[in-house]
Amino acid sequence: MSLKPKTNIELIKNGMFGENTIFRMAISLCPSIAVTNGMKNGVALGISVVFVQTMVNVTISAMRKFINPKIRIPIFMLVIAGYVTIIDLLMATYARPIYKEIGLYIQIIVAFASIFARAEVFASKNKVFSSMCDGLGMGIGFLLAMVVISFFRELLGKGALFGYPIVSGSPLLIMILPAGGFLAVGLLMGFFNWIDMRFFGGKGASGV
Amino acid sequence: MNIDFVKLFQLIVSSALINNFVFTMFLGLCIFFGVSKKMETAVGMSITFTMVMVVSAALSWVVYQFIMIPLQLTFLKIIIFIGIVAAFVQSADTIMKKVSPTMYYKLGVYLALITTNCIIIAVPLKNAGEHYNFFESMAFALGSGIGFGLALIIMASIREKLEVADVPRPFRGLPISFILAGLIALAFTGFSGLITL
Repeated sequence: MSLKPKTNIELIKNGMFGENTIFRMAISLCPSIAVTNGMKNGVALGISVVFVQTMVNVTISAMRKFINPKIRIPIFMLVIAGYVTIIDLLMATYARPIYKEIGLYIQIIVAFASIFARAEVFASKNKVFSSMCDGLGMGIGFLLAMVVISFFRELLGKGALFGYPIVSGSPLLIMILPAGGFLAVGLLMGFFNWIDMRFFGGKGASGV
Repeated sequence: MNIDFVKLFQLIVSSALINNFVFTMFLGLCIFFGVSKKMETAVGMSITFTMVMVVSAALSWVVYQFIMIPLQLTFLKIIIFIGIVAAFVQSADTIMKKVSPTMYYKLGVYLALITTNCIIIAVPLKNAGEHYNFFESMAFALGSGIGFGLALIIMASIREKLEVADVPRPFRGLPISFILAGLIALAFTGFSGLITL
């Protein structure tokens, strides 16, 4: 990340492409594979993450002057857990069928490295509004990644999108199996690296 | 309390192999890909992780049964469980540094990483959701720990070999590891249906 301050639009773009959580930073991978066997689940989790990420960034940023750096980790955790509980209870009430399938993964958002990392790296040092933009960008980046992965997996694995059949014929069953998730992410990551190297002269995702 | 040893054994086997957290539920991937580069770190991580897993599952179970249910605080379980795990990891870190510095140098690094592992929070949540009794929760935690260790060690041994392989440039590093994990996961589907709980 460059040191010069970025405009808010740049912050959002950075979250969506430059530091895309899944394809570039390779963190918060767990749900990216678990819930992407259908567009509906992928989008639902993506939207929850946008909400949690933005709200956490705003809250941490607003409280940044009062948080003692020594105990910041438990405080960040509590703030994140609070918002995750809100979205968890909301989903349980208003989106019952989806919640039954991805409920565990909604609760797991609490252990997301990406949310914690943004709170630590960005929100605890920046103004409220730019933190909001950063959170929004990061969240949307995650949502985009979920949409791309689940698009391919549902189309190839079930021949459908959002549960509506699109193509007939025998689908590639492996894509909706657990193994297919790993394969899809691996291939897509490789593909994005290739684009980056070929057209932008980048070095590709460094990864872990 | 009568203990059903058959059920406990089934729980351990099923959580380690059939419902392996990494390959069938996709949890703990960040750490799975992070520390599986070398065999040595993989072994260290598996040992530390299994120990922390069992202890924090026990603590969470006690708190859930004796504090949260009587006080009807179960809707706060996410906040409370993550608090328990974070507090336990922090205190284990401090105690280990004082009591056994040699062990701390070997395993201490992994302790800090564990808080961001999804499995550590998923196991207490699952224990609470399935209404396991104390011994069943322990068996489930132990099995999950072993399963994670197994996955980590398999992956590390393959990735060490991969270092010398000629992988196409865009796929170097993480992408090829994902494809590898996909193939291992395919092998693990062979276990499904072995035990039905």
